[in-house]
Amino acid sequence: MEINDIICPENKVYAAPELLEQVHMHYCPGCSHGVIHKLVAEVIAEMGLTEKTIGVSPVGCAVFAYNYIDVDWVEAAHGRAPAVATAISRLWPENVLFTYQGDGDMSAIGTAESIHAANRGENIVMIFVNNAIYGMTGGQMAPTTLVGQKTATTPYGRRIDLNGHPLEITNLMAILDGTCYVTRQAVHTPAAVRKTKAALKKAFENAVAKKGTSVVEVVATCNSGWKLSPEKANEWMVEHMFEKYPLGDLKNE
Amino acid sequence: MAKVKGAITVNTERCKGCNLCVVACPTGTLALQPNEVNDRGYHFAYMANPDKCTGCCSCAWVCPDACIEVYRVKVEA
Amino acid sequence: MEEVRLMKGNEAIAHAAIRYGFDGYFGYPITPQSEVLETLEELMPWETTGMTVLQAESEVAAINMVYGGAASGKAVMTSSSSPGVSLKQEGISYIAAASLPALILNVMRGGPGLGTIQPSQADYFQATKGGGHGDYHLIVLAPSTVQEMVDFVGLGMDLAFKYTNPSMILADGIVGQMMEKVVLPEQRPRRTEEEIRKQCPWAADGRKGGRKRNVITSLELESSKMEVINEALQARYREIEKNETRWEEIGVEDADYLIVAFGTVARICAKAQELAAEKGIKVGIVRPITLWPFPTEAINKAAQGKKGILCVELNAGQMIEDVRLAVHDSLPVEHFGRMGGIIPSPEEVLVALENKIINK
Repeated sequence: MEINDIICPENKVYAAPELLEQVHMHYCPGCSHGVIHKLVAEVIAEMGLTEKTIGVSPVGCAVFAYNYIDVDWVEAAHGRAPAVATAISRLWPENVLFTYQGDGDMSAIGTAESIHAANRGENIVMIFVNNAIYGMTGGQMAPTTLVGQKTATTPYGRRIDLNGHPLEITNLMAILDGTCYVTRQAVHTPAAVRKTKAALKKAFENAVAKKGTSVVEVVATCNSGWKLSPEKANEWMVEHMFEKYPLGDLKNE
Repeated sequence: MAKVKGAITVNTERCKGCNLCVVACPTGTLALQPNEVNDRGYHFAYMANPDKCTGCCSCAWVCPDACIEVYRVKVEA
Repeated sequence: MEEVRLMKGNEAIAHAAIRYGFDGYFGYPITPQSEVLETLEELMPWETTGMTVLQAESEVAAINMVYGGAASGKAVMTSSSSPGVSLKQEGISYIAAASLPALILNVMRGGPGLGTIQPSQADYFQATKGGGHGDYHLIVLAPSTVQEMVDFVGLGMDLAFKYTNPSMILADGIVGQMMEKVVLPEQRPRRTEEEIRKQCPWAADGRKGGRKRNVITSLELESSKMEVINEALQARYREIEKNETRWEEIGVEDADYLIVAFGTVARICAKAQELAAEKGIKVGIVRPITLWPFPTEAINKAAQGKKGILCVELNAGQMIEDVRLAVHDSLPVEHFGRMGGIIPSPEEVLVALENKIINK
């Protein structure tokens, strides 16, 4: 059986998502953002939501998300995506709104918007990529940076006395009555990727069914910020990040 | 029992040589090109041992740039 | 149908928003304009016209809700007062940069800082010179009556959609809190979704019918493209200046002196004009209605042959700079104004005219 016999349309079992633009993505090699974009593109297409979905992109590494997934997008100011999504979701109740937020967007400048949108139970999907660092601006500390973790603004490692404690924002979201589904996933192994896709699908289903706010945190890697190879970054994430940000559902009503 | 044979294609221009597919492959099929690079200078992934591929899609799942498409076919033993 | 009512300026804004067919209002309480949101919540327009009303968690969230609503083609507005409007400046710059129609009401109060809750006009610079970052302009309308508060809600939004540019109603605490007779307009039906898609083909409202995706953003890292975007904005501003400048003149023709004042202060000056006439002093009044675009030519023309201009503002002198620019030092231009929320009497205005201009 020659390879060329195997490679033919009827044997194809995995294809690049149709909603993912065939352009070079600016993310660093091995960055989790790319995997998450792929899953979002797959879920939207598989649920037939292409014509109803509006994404709200953040300021952060995913600031160019609107170039990659072929749905309507609105670019929010840093941290304001949940407010932007709240309005569009209420003004266009038949559309499905998701925000795509980094850790700075969600748990630093956008804390109030994130918590209040969730507390109002807006029927939106909040995708929260937590890589514990500010990648786009060059690797500075994020609220989720771990104690002892070196970043451009904690060059000797984060200290509680100077920089406070890592913020488990997703735990806060879970106690808000407005959230119906709050989960923490990752995309570092095929199994984890599948689980993240299932989580995203559930979140979008909740939005369609207007069950309230769904928060899907993806614990992610930042190879350039962490100064590790993609493979090593995954190992570091498993060893350190999962300790502070354990995977699994925090709420699923 | 019926054996399964797989194969993948790699969008070599889009690949950034991040090596995550190589790490994820359960049968050691993949590797990064030792010498060849694409237009952006990345050593792109390829099937170093094509006969080992079972078409399980692990590589495609983890690929951050959706470079990999997977094919699978049943083969009579 | 039309209705004649007696009500506060703030309440009139709420009624006008519903009657002009707004799709959404996003606000936050702050004195002296909380009645806008309170009235909307009492009237429950979501049950009649389907209008969305939401009290946000902050002015920052509220302006970003407006940005989102506008990005999806809906007719949306917010209101606040000075400190709250300062919080909205980033959002306003985004709305202007993304060429989105939206209406922002500022019922000014005394500043700076937490300041006072009494009236002021000290946000003139912020409103007309751009309080946020970058080169942009809002169409700024200054109401002097409760009727104009109503009319400018309609006018402000129509201009915003005509030029896909945010508009601002720059009111002061007086007209916000004052009750006056007002004629409320007939109910203008809200646009259907099809009408929105036709009017705003650029909007991010979902790729219905598989159209190409729309992306609303103000990000452009390539300088050459960013300059082109800026040049387009500037071209629009020239167009607005050409077509939309509005002002009012009272007794300017045969006057010897001019008073330039906007908003409710112009009404105080109208009384001062009468007092002056009783003393044989012929004073004309020019009331800028659009603070941007500023009626530069009109003031230049009105100033011809005049002996001096008094600018009366509830601030330390802001609009006076634009008046001076308009007349190029061809005649004395002096400022008079009270601050801290104190409203001058007509007599004070006349005394100022005499001391600063006539007897100088």
